[in-house]
Amino acid sequence: MPVLCSSCSEKRAVLKRPKTGHSLCKACFFWAFEEEVHRTIVAAKLFRPGETVGIAASGGKDSTVLAHVMKLLNERHGYGLELMLISVDEGITGYRDDSLETVKRNQQQYELPLKIVSYEELYGWTMDAIVKQVGLKNNCTFCGVFRRQALDRGAIMLKVDKICTGHNADDVAETVLMNILRGDIARLRRCTAISTASEGDGVVPRCKPLKYAYEKEIVLYAYFKKLDYFSTECIYSPNAYRGYARTFLKDLESIRPSSIMDIIHSGENLSVREGVKMPVQGTCSRCGYISSQALCKSCVLLEGLNRGLPKLGIGKHHRLHEKILSQQPLTEQEERKLKSVDF
Amino acid sequence: MCQVEEEYHEQLERVDTPSASKKCVKCKEELAAVVIRAGDAYCRKCFRESFIHKFRAMLGKTRVIFPGEKGVSQNAHKKLRFFPGIVYIDEGGALGQCKEMRQKTTSELCDMFRSTGFPFYILPLEQVLDLPGSVLTPSPLSDQPGSAYKAAVDLFLQRGDSSSDGKAEEQECVSLPAVQESHTWLLQQLIGSAQTLTAKQDLLNTLRQHLLVHTARTRGYSKLMQGDSCTRLAVKLLTSISLGRGAQLAQDTGFSDCRYGDVTVVRPMREYSAKEIAYYNHMFKVPSVVIPNLDTKMPDKASIQRLTQSFVTKLQADFHSTVNTIYRSVWTEVQHHCTAKTFNLISGLVSCSNIFKYLEIKQN
Repeated sequence: MPVLCSSCSEKRAVLKRPKTGHSLCKACFFWAFEEEVHRTIVAAKLFRPGETVGIAASGGKDSTVLAHVMKLLNERHGYGLELMLISVDEGITGYRDDSLETVKRNQQQYELPLKIVSYEELYGWTMDAIVKQVGLKNNCTFCGVFRRQALDRGAIMLKVDKICTGHNADDVAETVLMNILRGDIARLRRCTAISTASEGDGVVPRCKPLKYAYEKEIVLYAYFKKLDYFSTECIYSPNAYRGYARTFLKDLESIRPSSIMDIIHSGENLSVREGVKMPVQGTCSRCGYISSQALCKSCVLLEGLNRGLPKLGIGKHHRLHEKILSQQPLTEQEERKLKSVDF
Repeated sequence: MCQVEEEYHEQLERVDTPSASKKCVKCKEELAAVVIRAGDAYCRKCFRESFIHKFRAMLGKTRVIFPGEKGVSQNAHKKLRFFPGIVYIDEGGALGQCKEMRQKTTSELCDMFRSTGFPFYILPLEQVLDLPGSVLTPSPLSDQPGSAYKAAVDLFLQRGDSSSDGKAEEQECVSLPAVQESHTWLLQQLIGSAQTLTAKQDLLNTLRQHLLVHTARTRGYSKLMQGDSCTRLAVKLLTSISLGRGAQLAQDTGFSDCRYGDVTVVRPMREYSAKEIAYYNHMFKVPSVVIPNLDTKMPDKASIQRLTQSFVTKLQADFHSTVNTIYRSVWTEVQHHCTAKTFNLISGLVSCSNIFKYLEIKQN
């Protein structure tokens, strides 16, 4: 007795939805997935008609599905948006150069303009060179910080009004867990927001239309729609701390699938006690980028790399900011502390 | 380089491991007997002093326990200034234990409680089935604003210690009040109706909490003390977040929880790590009884609570500051809402520890 789709009850069910456990046929699943993203966009009022939106594309499953769904919903519901693809080249051989080929193919398939920004042209360092100096433990910090700025720079070059990224529900839940494990209160408040605040120039607001879509559903969608995407893990990521949060989250999902949404819900409802010091938004004194300290994080990291002190950006270093700004040489003791790297 | 006739004449490097054969960091005279964290080596006397001092400081700092109050304590009591009682909820019925097993555990506990000299109550969980609906409604708060604390302390000291701690009305420990078979069966049906182990544990915690609050209320206790250590609270915190209870984190894991109105739940042991408590119990021969729980001897993925516990313990082994960070990050994060308007009737999870410990604090 074949299982019928629980939505249309006509066709045979081909999959079981990870989010709800319903058995659905292909068409109903596509419709459910797309409709949920549409509702997310409408409820959070993410876009206004006539805006130019940059889709952060890496060639992976999230950004490919995002590009596909955005184009589809833009036509189906008439958002009136102009879409573009922005891609970042970190300079990781064997990983990023392959995925960039995928992005170029996506550009042709979806007929969207594409802009690629690379770490090499922006900072003068590729991830391969960074890992050689920093090691395998803290390299994700460098990549993440640089990428954020690179995306913004690319967006400004293309003159877009908003950027949308392919962060899914699993990513947001992992971030909540990770921020709790690391005691990062400031980020804990901001990480569940669906879009960032949009003040100041040099800052392009960002949003996450796929915030409530499970990673498993994104994979299912890409598979059944036969979308072209690149599916390998970054070669430098296995030792990241995020891995612990991810394993925990996957185990939680296997016990109770709704835990991912529960964690996001808990994260959204945490309120901050009065009197807790929150970082204030300002600008970096060197590059003019948005920052809560005197120097923005990427300037500090770059300074560390250029001086051969890889640990300069990792850990607390606020006292050294003025020294760096005024280009004073650091004392020998400080240098020794910052130089040691454990592999 | 590596030659056949080469000999290495220099001293081999020694790895610097933390050892307990150092001087105590506090008094700097005696040899250290225990190492709590890397760098915190104490001798017996200093350890005991700091342990007791932390407890006193906790109660004094938060100004929640007023002098002359009655507090039902599950785990800790202090001879100075308030009158505690001890309560234990026997959950053997829900766990499917046989009567002899329950009897045996109860009599062991009886002996332990009797030696403390405080009034104690041993209740079977089956009593929760007879609770009136009013246990869910918060009763009005007794009027005790924080500023009156200092005045209350002064008054108490002036009156002098009306030493009524000694002659506490000690309950005779009879065998468990006769639990009807039908009640036990009903309770098991109730727990069995929850299909996953996670839900079962959740339900058990809620039932236990209701019975505790009801007991405290009916016997005139204004405070309910629970013995959750820092480690246990960190696990509870992560579990609450995974279950979607982020909004109630402050009350669930904070020092005091005033959602019940007249009964305040306090957790004075929240600054102690499980390691410290274990060392204290071992060194000063504090008796304890091991009682199984729903998830004892279950695999890691049996329930969310079990998974979180093993996750935090493993992470703590590699990153020593995990428990502290979790605990402090959310403690700073959440806000205290103790007004009558923000009551949350679906009370959060409270995991009462199953291993009993008690402190004996000498009067000054």
